[in-house]
Amino acid sequence: MDILPILSTLRRHKTAALLIVLEIALTCAIVCNAVFLIANRIERMATPTGLAESELLHVRVTNIERIGNEDALTLEDLALLRGLPGVKSAASVNQFPFGNHSSDTGISLVPDQPASTLTASFYQVGESALSTLGLRVVEGRDFTPADFRTLSEVEHDEKIVLPTVMLDRKTAARLFPGKAAIGQQIYLFDKPSLVVGLVEQLAPPQPLNADGDYVVIVPVRPSYNQGSYLLRVAGNQRNEVLKAAVAALEKVDRRRVVTKSELFDELRQDYYQQDRWMAALLVAVCVALLVVTAFGIVGLASFWVQQRTRMIGVRRALGASRSQILRYFQTENFLLTTMGIALGMVAAYAINQLLMSYYELPRLPWVCLPIGAASLWALGQVAVLGPARRAAALPPVVVMRGA
Amino acid sequence: MFSYYLDLALRSFKRSPALTALMVLALGLGIGTSMTTLTVFHVLSGDPIPHKSKRLFYVQLDASELGGSAPGAEPLTQLSRFDAETLLRDKRGVRQVMMTGGRVAVQPMSASGQFDSKPFFATARYTTADFFPMFETPLRYGHAWDANDDAASARVAVISESLNQRLFGGADSTGKLLRVGSNDLRVVGVIGTWRPVPHYYDLIAGRYADTEEVFTPFNTSLALSLPVVGSLSCWGNANSDDRHAVNASCAWIQYWVELASPAEAAGYRQYLVNHSEQQKAAGRYQRPPNVRLRNVNEWLDFRKVVPSDVRLQVWLAFGFLLVCLTNTVGLLLAKCLRRSPEIGVRRALGATRRAIFTQFVVEAGAIGIAGGLLGLGLALLGLWGVRQNPASYAKLAQLDASMLVTTFALALLASLLAGLLPAWRACLVTPALQLKSQ
Repeated sequence: MDILPILSTLRRHKTAALLIVLEIALTCAIVCNAVFLIANRIERMATPTGLAESELLHVRVTNIERIGNEDALTLEDLALLRGLPGVKSAASVNQFPFGNHSSDTGISLVPDQPASTLTASFYQVGESALSTLGLRVVEGRDFTPADFRTLSEVEHDEKIVLPTVMLDRKTAARLFPGKAAIGQQIYLFDKPSLVVGLVEQLAPPQPLNADGDYVVIVPVRPSYNQGSYLLRVAGNQRNEVLKAAVAALEKVDRRRVVTKSELFDELRQDYYQQDRWMAALLVAVCVALLVVTAFGIVGLASFWVQQRTRMIGVRRALGASRSQILRYFQTENFLLTTMGIALGMVAAYAINQLLMSYYELPRLPWVCLPIGAASLWALGQVAVLGPARRAAALPPVVVMRGA
Repeated sequence: MFSYYLDLALRSFKRSPALTALMVLALGLGIGTSMTTLTVFHVLSGDPIPHKSKRLFYVQLDASELGGSAPGAEPLTQLSRFDAETLLRDKRGVRQVMMTGGRVAVQPMSASGQFDSKPFFATARYTTADFFPMFETPLRYGHAWDANDDAASARVAVISESLNQRLFGGADSTGKLLRVGSNDLRVVGVIGTWRPVPHYYDLIAGRYADTEEVFTPFNTSLALSLPVVGSLSCWGNANSDDRHAVNASCAWIQYWVELASPAEAAGYRQYLVNHSEQQKAAGRYQRPPNVRLRNVNEWLDFRKVVPSDVRLQVWLAFGFLLVCLTNTVGLLLAKCLRRSPEIGVRRALGATRRAIFTQFVVEAGAIGIAGGLLGLGLALLGLWGVRQNPASYAKLAQLDASMLVTTFALALLASLLAGLLPAWRACLVTPALQLKSQ
């Protein structure tokens, strides 16, 4: 198909052609960035926490007045929970991924370091927490019973030194690049502790999936009013076990109430609700944009077909086949779309640059280019098909006579 | 003439109903999405206390230890109890308030008159007495407490409308007892409908948090050790078991001051610097004086209260509107040019270029009004959708009168802008050429 006659025709409809190119360019730029944002959110939502999420339950007990004896009560609670049918293990922790509570601490590598090397999420966990959470020890060892202290002890006595801590792989690699982390000394609150084990991965309470998601785990058991209970159960009876756990805990003391009881999956759901909503909104806007643009193309192409009726008639009379007329409009659309895509890609990168400065987003990956181009080409071809077929169907005699 | 143009526009719509519907639909979609996101933005970024926001200031002091952040960098978000109590005693503003958030276990009274029903937790605010006049909290029943109650750690409480409904069925509950944990507080006041947006007086409790359910004097909360909820930053070696003690080096208190006029801010800032210098001389502060005094709007801007997703949505919607407008311009142009013969006839019969131009602008405006109406419907639908959103601010998304006017102004403006180019092209049609070609 010869492009030159198409171009010369378009030159006579500069404004309309320009408008459709502009519309395609804008759509292309917005859709590319929106798709990128959607992918970003989906990636964020899919990031694992390192926990056995599908087997975890969360229960929080709060006292409504002073009861005292918190640590003993906590041990009783845990024994009670571990004894429930269906419970594989239970532990007391100060915080957990997607929870409301978040505690951080600086980690230093030498004593009296003026500014700490990094800030990490400070996990204070009781006995059997690692197996409860489903954290796999990949290097070194788990805590031993002798390692554990209670949080109340540690808070009351400044002199208590925690002999052991654990890290996750990412934090270890950042603190000790190129070295084995096991056996190294780190300083928390200016007190030394030995790194005895590494877990594969553990997300902080509010995962950002950014470079700062470091964690440190210490063998310090919070009491029930300083933290939460996590239960690991067999997957298929989570709801029953949760009900049983709440009932059992509420019976212990009337001055305490269960303020939170939920499946871990629900925590994840809630945490990412806003992202899901935003992704859905972006999808809706993308669809609306494409539909509007498609109708714009249909409208303009129909108008052109109508305007060029005489030209089509002459060409048909001179021997042009229907498919040639069809292809004429298809090629014209292809040219316009291509111009729009070219312009749109530049705009897409400009918008991306703007978003990067405001929202800490990464650069638009190049794969967006072919995907965006292909979908707009397809959209253009589908939209123009109707009007083009109507043009091709025009009988030359009628057209000539009518004109 | 106007009605004639309108008549012509209607005829033209009837001739190509599909194209007209397409234009109205595109414009309506664009307007609808823009207005939805703009309304959310408008609600969330509003001034919560317009007539006073320039006179209310949030106070920050740099009480933390040497090292860490650079000198002159943003000081701690909150004050230590020692600083807050000192400033409060000095009373340098018209009103001043120190406060923190909390959460209390409320025991409802059962039908038998005993506190033996199952307790529930309610959000709380522990504050000094100036809170109510300062933030203009409306009281439905009773009154707030005063400075004497503050000093005496009086066992009093002001409760929210919703808690009053839940506990006392909405009746005047002043004088009744509210059991909080194992302590009894006497209800002295019930707040009327009140929810400042944003929750500006304490952003830590949630940027768009609901109003607290129990208000009680700050000192009472200390005396009863009511649980504090909020952010707590400590520095140095924690020198006390009790992080809420007056001498603990922990910052956990929000402090607001109301000045007689915005001009007094400079004087108050100097007072804060003097206070910092005194504290440094006394050995309490290690860092050079570094204070912040931001009024309500400066504080909201600084804390970036409007969620970034909401801003993104506004941009997205206006991008969409732009596409819809380009679409409308293209279609209007096509439609205008298709009617070149008709324009030729009108011109030959004596219509001026100006008349042709007006005719097409009127036609574009009619599409704009139709698009605006559709957009309004879509915006209402969109806002309903936003209210189904889980975010804390979602329930606040309501269209108000000013946004209603804006919707139509935007629709009309957009469609007139879209109509300009086609109308211009239409009035350039040369009558002779068109008549000849017919």
